[in-house]
Formats: sequence, C-alpha cells, structure tokens
Amino acid sequence: MAMTEQRVSYTLDSTLETVDSAEEKATRIAAELGFADDEVMQISMAVREGAVNAVLHGNGYDAGKKVTLAFERTAEDLVIIIRDQGKGMDLSKIPNPLAPENLLKTSGRGIFLMRSFMDVVEIRPSQTGTELKLIKHVHGPTAGGKEASQ
Amino acid sequence: MSMKVGTRQVDGVAIVDCSGRITLGEGSVVLRDTVRDLLSKGQKKILLNLADVNYIDSSGIGELVSAFTTTKNQGGELKLLKLTKKVNDLLQITKLYTVFDVKDDEAGAVKSFK
Repeated sequence: MAMTEQRVSYTLDSTLETVDSAEEKATRIAAELGFADDEVMQISMAVREGAVNAVLHGNGYDAGKKVTLAFERTAEDLVIIIRDQGKGMDLSKIPNPLAPENLLKTSGRGIFLMRSFMDVVEIRPSQTGTELKLIKHVHGPTAGGKEASQ
Repeated sequence: MSMKVGTRQVDGVAIVDCSGRITLGEGSVVLRDTVRDLLSKGQKKILLNLADVNYIDSSGIGELVSAFTTTKNQGGELKLLKLTKKVNDLLQITKLYTVFDVKDDEAGAVKSFK
C-alpha cells in the first residue's frame, strides 16, 4: 500500500479475495469521507464490479498479473482508479443489458451498474490493460470527510 | 458473510430460504447448486425467499436469471419472495422486476403456483 494525504493506492492479486478486499476498502473510505449510507453502498458496489472486471475479464485470474486500485479525494470528488494488466476490451461490444433481447442474459450488467451508481465512469482500454476511472461527486455539507465533521 | 440456504416444503412448493450475500464465487455457486438439485429431484415449483439477502452483485443477479430460465426451461416456475430494498432497487434498475414474479407474502406466494 502506498499512501499520501489525499490518495491511497493498493497493488492486489488477481483473485476473488481481491474483489472482496476492494469492496471493503471502498466501503471504509467512502464512509470515512462522509458519504451517505446509500452512496457508500453505491460506491462500494461500483468498485466491486470494477474489481470483478479487472480480476476476471481483464487479468483472467492470472497469478502473474496485478490489479491496482487507487482512491483519491479531490476538492469536489472521490476518484477511484482500477487498472488491470489484461489485453483490453472492445467497448463497442458491450451490450445494453436493458434491451429486451438481453434482459435474460446472465452477465453483462457490471458496467451498467457502475454507470448507474457513479457520476462519471471512464473506461480506457489498451493492449496492456484497461484503466477504469470512477468518480462520485461530493454532495452536501457532511461529505468531505472527517475534517468537515471535526 | 457468505451465502447460506435452507430448503423446506410447503404444499408442494420448495421454499429456499437464502441469507447473506449472493455474489461472484461461493454465493452464486450455492444458489446454482441448490436450484439444480431441486430440479434434478423433480421439484419444479421453487420460491426463493430473499428476505435475509442483504447484498447481491451483478454475478448474483446473473445467477438469479440463470435459476429462473433453467427452471422455466424444465417446465417449472421460480418466483422471488420478500426482497430487501437493496435487491428490489437492483431489480428495478436492471428492469428484471418485469421478468421475475415477485411476492411479499409467503402464503399467497405458495398459492400462486399452478
């Protein structure tokens, strides 16, 4: 783990435990920053979905590949970046899970859920991996972390 | 907390009481194995009680869809009982609320099976 005052980052294995760990970290950090309970749930779920994509679809559970997870608190946002070391993805092939023909598919909802729960979702695929950026705006006077409540 | 299930029979309906998390990995596998086991025994009226399921991810949603279609393809019916707010919200967001038959009352749910 590397940590600065406003930023914390982790390098994680490509395992299911990483998915749970990423979710737990997101829950803790979002709560510490003062987000409301429903926002904490949204953030943790988006991070879980991002971690699943990185571990499963990106790195393919390859023990030789790592997932990096970073949380950064800016003046107005919580910015979360998840990177894998996979072969990238074709964004044009992501189906719309709400389309009638896709409703009964058993997968393909992760990115949709991330977009539902976060204010900004950016996906940058490349041949050496995919970078996912999730942003949640800070709302209200209580969000802003412990500093604001002290 | 991982996923736990208990199965009981009420008037010919298999009620699967689920608790914990239905997520990628163990939770999804437990649900999948339970439904497949019931179907293999000829039990085709299945009611998933999700009252104590406090978390579900996209893999868990996919597992619910898989359980629903697998049961339907074998001539059975699978319904959902007592969704928590989180699970209800997710099924609304994903439009799956229109696919699943969701019940709030167990006795009424049991009677609703053909």
